[in-house]
Amino acid sequence: MGLDIRFPIGMMFTLIGLLLAATGLFSPDKLSLGININMIWGIALLLFGILMWGSALLSSRKK
Amino acid sequence: MNTASVHLGAIDYSILALYVVFVIGIGFALKRQMKTSADFFLSGRNIPAWVTGLAFLSANLGALELVGMAASGAKYGIATCHFYWVGAIPAMIFLAVFMMPFYYGSKARSVPEYLKLRFDERARAFNSVSFAVMTIFASGISLNALAKLLHNLLGWEYNISLWVCSFIVLLYVLKGGLTSAIYTEVLQFFMIVLGFAPVVWLGLRDAGGWGAIKQKLAGVAVNPSAYNLADSASTAFHSDAWTRAWKPLLGGPSANPMGIDLFAMVFGLGFVLSFGYWCTNFLVVQRAMAAKDMKAARNTPLVAAVPKMFFPLLVILPGMIALALSATEGKGYQFPKAVIAEAKMPAAIASVRQSAAAGSDVAATSKELSLTAGTSFNAAKVEELLKSAPGTPDAQLAIKVQDAVVNDYDGVILSLVKRYCPSGLLGLALTALLASFMSGMAGNVTAFNTVWTYDLYQAYIAPDKSDEHYSWMGRVVTVAGILLSIGAAYFASMWTNAMDIIQLVFAFVNAPLFATFLLGMFWSRTTGTGAFIGLLCGTAASALFHACTISVGNLPGVKGGYIHTFWTLPSDMAQNFWLASFAFIVCFLVTVGISLATRRTKSDEELKGLVYALTPKQTVDQVWYARPGTIGIVLLIVCVILNYIFW
Repeated sequence: MGLDIRFPIGMMFTLIGLLLAATGLFSPDKLSLGININMIWGIALLLFGILMWGSALLSSRKK
Repeated sequence: MNTASVHLGAIDYSILALYVVFVIGIGFALKRQMKTSADFFLSGRNIPAWVTGLAFLSANLGALELVGMAASGAKYGIATCHFYWVGAIPAMIFLAVFMMPFYYGSKARSVPEYLKLRFDERARAFNSVSFAVMTIFASGISLNALAKLLHNLLGWEYNISLWVCSFIVLLYVLKGGLTSAIYTEVLQFFMIVLGFAPVVWLGLRDAGGWGAIKQKLAGVAVNPSAYNLADSASTAFHSDAWTRAWKPLLGGPSANPMGIDLFAMVFGLGFVLSFGYWCTNFLVVQRAMAAKDMKAARNTPLVAAVPKMFFPLLVILPGMIALALSATEGKGYQFPKAVIAEAKMPAAIASVRQSAAAGSDVAATSKELSLTAGTSFNAAKVEELLKSAPGTPDAQLAIKVQDAVVNDYDGVILSLVKRYCPSGLLGLALTALLASFMSGMAGNVTAFNTVWTYDLYQAYIAPDKSDEHYSWMGRVVTVAGILLSIGAAYFASMWTNAMDIIQLVFAFVNAPLFATFLLGMFWSRTTGTGAFIGLLCGTAASALFHACTISVGNLPGVKGGYIHTFWTLPSDMAQNFWLASFAFIVCFLVTVGISLATRRTKSDEELKGLVYALTPKQTVDQVWYARPGTIGIVLLIVCVILNYIFW
């Protein structure tokens, strides 16, 4: 496999997660049902992105 | 409807742009690997199972999944899950355990090519032509739905959305071929799941959890006409019609909103349509064929089956949430429907008054009203309008006329996105929608270009050309396929319920097909002539069945019954499922009959690797719990448990 798809997926979700979390941080008035969903979901995506990166890095080290 | 109902902020555009950069980036990153035509069309067969598995799943997502399934969730409730638990999982497991060894082991490059190896050129030609046409239509329907949706939601110009989205898909498929389509499909899979999960979660919270939804939907089920869900005010379903998957079916077509009986569901959808789609449709099978080895190829549908089983949570539940919310006082949620323009309202009111005074019937009134207001109306509500018109002042009547407009089921998912997504999350949800459309379109285009190049162009038009020539052809036809899809999208814009049409097209082409594969793979006596004539008869039978039956409430024409109405079915869906069953049986019987009457043209030796009984059992080097058969059984058990929970 020439390209481990986990790298681009991890990179994209890390960036999107950061963007969302930043939006949640700087405009905390954007709520949904009283929840700062941008912040919560931004962090969730960030974690997912890092997880993808991590697993891709691990398997590339093994090789 | 022409004004944008949502405005995107800079953050939303940034998320959208990031996604576009990444999908195109993947295409360009893979460009270096595209050396031979096999790289472009078959990914050089070196992709691991989890990647092909997720691609297998997202290639199947088109307009169907997010918009259509949420629509069906509102229209039919949890019974829509049958499209997953009955209509997909068993077939996907069958593909993995029984069929993949022949597809992958025969080294066929496409499903039509397998037919050529097993039978002869006739079956291949028939299958590749019908598949190519169907693929273009499916892709066009999906594209049209996308452009319309972007127009309604964001006010983007229909034509611009259509061309820009197609261009993005074109760019990455052109650069990286099938590999790029598969890799982006994986990225899109995560995008879809992670983009919609928060919407569903917020919806559940808003509606008060599953218990509250069940309670509200019970109220809807006993009085469906109040929510424009039935054509007659006297219709009443059992209170669990929306919240149970099987019980309402047992009560017969009149007891469930799908208007379907058990046989049509289990045999028509669960066997004929579902196996016909998942086991023979090259769009999905191509993903498994691209896997790196036989083990990975067989695991592809199994990997896909796991998320597929739980997809209803993401795609069907939103529709049910929307319906429950619309039945809850004080939530301020209005079920989506077309709004009658203020300028047209006086004419609409006058039309109702006139019909009431003249004593017109419901059908005539609805027709007249639709013409003046420019939208369709619910029959039960029109009947009520006719009764109440004389004694109601204009202002109240206007509200009632608006209330009588048919539900816009396809608008369900967007109405929830609008309700719950602040700027930021909005961009994410929208990107998820775009991702689902693009993954479907890329899937169609890659399957189309392979079938065209290998099964039509190389087979019949230009056989002995160089590999570079076919690579070049693949790229040309990728462009052509996208252009044809765009044409099909403009065509599809004239049709209304995309879901029913897709089902119908699949029924015509796919229903007989599975009979051919089943006999071909498991009965060595099946001959090429038998298969070909069987296929022709099966397809003709489905067309004939369509021409001679109609579902309740439709006029003869595109909905069937244009020769003569011999049988009136309770719903469109019932008509489709029965049509499939009928076509399958005809194809099966004709194939068996003709095969017995004709001489075999292929020897046992030639059929090795193509027919079950003539293929030596593979020596399995896997431990018992990692074998496809074992995993398949475990998945089936989980699926049965799901059905039991929502019995």
